[in-house]
Amino acid sequence: MLRFTLRRIWQIIPTLIVVALLIFVIFSVVPGSFAASLFSDGRRAADPQMIARLNEEFGLNKPLMERFITYITDLAQFDLGTSFRTRQPVIDLIADRMWASLQLAIAAMVFALALGVPLGFLAALRPGSVLDTVTMIGAVSGLSMPQFWLGLLLMYLFALQLNWLPSFGYGDGSFRNLILPAVTLGVTPLALLARTTRAGVLDVLSADFIRTAHSKGMSEAKVVRWHVARNALVLIVTTVGLQFGSLIGQAVVIEKLFAWPGIGSLLVDSVAIRDIPVVQGTILVIVLWFLLINTAVDLIYAAIDPRIKQE
Amino acid sequence: MRLGFNFWLGALLTLLVVLAGVLAPWIAPFDPVFDADLMNSELPPDSTFWFGTDGQGRDVFTRILYGAQISLTVGIVSQVINSVIGVTLGMTAAYWGGWWDDLVNGLTNVMLAIPSLIFALAVMAVLGPGLPSLLIALGLTNWSWTCRIARSSTLSLKSQGYVQAAQTLGYGDLRIMFTQILPNMMGPILVMATLGMGSAVLSEAALSFLGLGIQPPFPSWGSMLTDARQLIQLAPWVAIFPGLAIFLSVLGFNLLGDGLRDSLDPHMRTRNI
Amino acid sequence: MTEALLDVRDLRLGVVQKRATLHAILKGVSFQILPGEAYGLVGESGSGKSVTSLAIMGLLGKPLSVTGGALLFKGQNLLDLSKREMRRLRGNRIAMIFQEPMTALNPLATVGRQIAEMYMLHQGKGRQEAQELAIEALASVRVPNPDRRAKDYPHQMSGGLRQRVMIAMALACDPDLLIADEPTTALDVTVQAEVLRLIKDLCAERGTAVLFISHDLGVIASICQRVGVMYAGCLVEENETKALFQDPRHEYTRGLLGALPQLGSRSQNGRRRLVDIDSIIADRSKLTETSFIVPRRPQGGQA
Repeated sequence: MLRFTLRRIWQIIPTLIVVALLIFVIFSVVPGSFAASLFSDGRRAADPQMIARLNEEFGLNKPLMERFITYITDLAQFDLGTSFRTRQPVIDLIADRMWASLQLAIAAMVFALALGVPLGFLAALRPGSVLDTVTMIGAVSGLSMPQFWLGLLLMYLFALQLNWLPSFGYGDGSFRNLILPAVTLGVTPLALLARTTRAGVLDVLSADFIRTAHSKGMSEAKVVRWHVARNALVLIVTTVGLQFGSLIGQAVVIEKLFAWPGIGSLLVDSVAIRDIPVVQGTILVIVLWFLLINTAVDLIYAAIDPRIKQE
Repeated sequence: MRLGFNFWLGALLTLLVVLAGVLAPWIAPFDPVFDADLMNSELPPDSTFWFGTDGQGRDVFTRILYGAQISLTVGIVSQVINSVIGVTLGMTAAYWGGWWDDLVNGLTNVMLAIPSLIFALAVMAVLGPGLPSLLIALGLTNWSWTCRIARSSTLSLKSQGYVQAAQTLGYGDLRIMFTQILPNMMGPILVMATLGMGSAVLSEAALSFLGLGIQPPFPSWGSMLTDARQLIQLAPWVAIFPGLAIFLSVLGFNLLGDGLRDSLDPHMRTRNI
Repeated sequence: MTEALLDVRDLRLGVVQKRATLHAILKGVSFQILPGEAYGLVGESGSGKSVTSLAIMGLLGKPLSVTGGALLFKGQNLLDLSKREMRRLRGNRIAMIFQEPMTALNPLATVGRQIAEMYMLHQGKGRQEAQELAIEALASVRVPNPDRRAKDYPHQMSGGLRQRVMIAMALACDPDLLIADEPTTALDVTVQAEVLRLIKDLCAERGTAVLFISHDLGVIASICQRVGVMYAGCLVEENETKALFQDPRHEYTRGLLGALPQLGSRSQNGRRRLVDIDSIIADRSKLTETSFIVPRRPQGGQA
């Protein structure tokens, strides 16, 4: 198991390197002179001499190869560059906002799991019932809804009309501020989890070994607990893993909507003002996060299903 | 081929969207961009302005109708690009194998490692906002799923009798791929493309909402929601209708895709023992 | 005459929807199994033999349902029992083994755990004790190194071993009746023989009655004392095994037996084509009207 773990973690590195390369290639297309023409107070520099000086400062007029090498060596030392706008190290900017994003993502996922999995289970155990139909309609609706629209509606209802929750912002970091963004973000994973759990449980229920379990004299409840649950877990874990990818992407929008001070809103703001180093760095960090989650999911998967380890 | 309730409901909703977009120039009461009278701003729905007016005094109903054109364009074009890239790469990778397969696989893995919205954001950052860049950005994300499916389909179709027959007849590789293999995997590809339309529309809405996609004053449903955010307390209808439009069209595409998938291969989700 | 362990009386079964029988599958099947007896049920696919066994176990899935008749087990009508009472019988007094050992076992639990479940469930044993009993059970079905094997997962075992595990599970609580539904069909011929011998020996040892279902006459002949032939939802012939083979009365049985290649028949009877059923049976729909049930001989004369 340990060897398997190490092997999977090791496999992240080449992917990460290629992604870093890809990001660099994409962004070196952006005319560096234009991107660097920012003063630290956000004003654009119009004077060509000014622009030239800024370019000099950021090393943007050096040949491509040299820039690339600097980029890679910096990365190896965990230096993600310096923001064009604030002149701060990118890595500091990211570190400040990391926790807020993590909080949001975890809260959303917990919400989705807590509601989605039981609903999916129950729907599968009573196929064709009212609960089943309602759950499935809800699920496909949840997947079709633009999340930020839902966020707006919830904001309108709970914050502005009913005044139960704050309408945006991190506030003092208390739980109340987390609720609306987390619920909004969690709706899509919830819908998908309900759906896939239902499909997975139905699949398992029709498997032969369930018939064997029944023939042994096990009650419905025991069969579900011991045999169905374990086998359906595999599918659930995979879905959770897959969902984290889109969750991170969607979080970007939700963070902006609720003015949540996370990496997502940092990314959006930086793209708007063409603060390229921050954009590059943030994307890299997000990708790393995603890869780590996927690896963790793979490991859990291997721990549950003994057939996987035998590779 | 049994077409269930899902399919028909989805088809109905999709048809509504198509009709809205196609007939917009004739049934819209106003012009979506130029009929902007600040005297009329933020009016609730009434007999003149069926869905009310937005912050610039434009009729929301008109803008919704014209917005359908944008959504449909985005959905269709992005999926066409997606499918072309995905199918070409996947099919050739499976057919030729070797280093090309490894390369495509590696590329696919890298693409799958980047969340699609993030990648679209990055591309938009480079290309700048606007419809053409949006089409390219969305076309370049998500092809990896299509590629995977195309690849595995080709792998299993490759060993079919008629493919081998064509090979012995001296057909060239490309000809075989496009005449023998491709038609047989159209089903799953079509399903993916239909479902992908929904996700493309959602992505466009998100990007436009963030100000990085379709820029005002063009009536993209997503950008309509940006304005809505400021006005939410005073004029909630500005937020309700565009979002509803997005919801219903994506629902339509999703149901259509689900319906197609269920009827094409009802055993697609059955475990093979 | 000893009382029958299992008495199937005029069992009717079919596809039921909204209280109406859309399609009858069993049209009045009756047979008896005495304690310790090995009874074989032969027939082609679709004859209704598997469905009979599921009905006895109470495992019929919707839309199938029993529409008439009685299933008496030790005098009690199984059809009258509540779900809970039926569960207590299942695995405990009536056990079943299935055709595909690969898919019949939970892939995510060790083999030992799956056997131990039986002891925990029906005998209330604790986990430790149940695990030990499971190892003993594996030994009784002649699995080498049972203590190590108990920790294996199903995919780590061959088909024959898996079937032994199934047998161990089924016989764990010493049931009165073992139903074996095509247990050897999915196995290699050599493994088949071993598994059959195992079933025969263990059941003889413990006095367990066996309802052995198969389409393979050879297999039935090696284990069963009495055989019933099913065709299109009816029991068309029943007799002692030897007698059935020597003197088949019903056209269908004759067709079945005629289709068997027989060693030495060429030197005896000259070169002949194997008989196929359709050439013997002129009109299949008329076939099931007559049935030849030969009653049991009184105790003293049993072979």
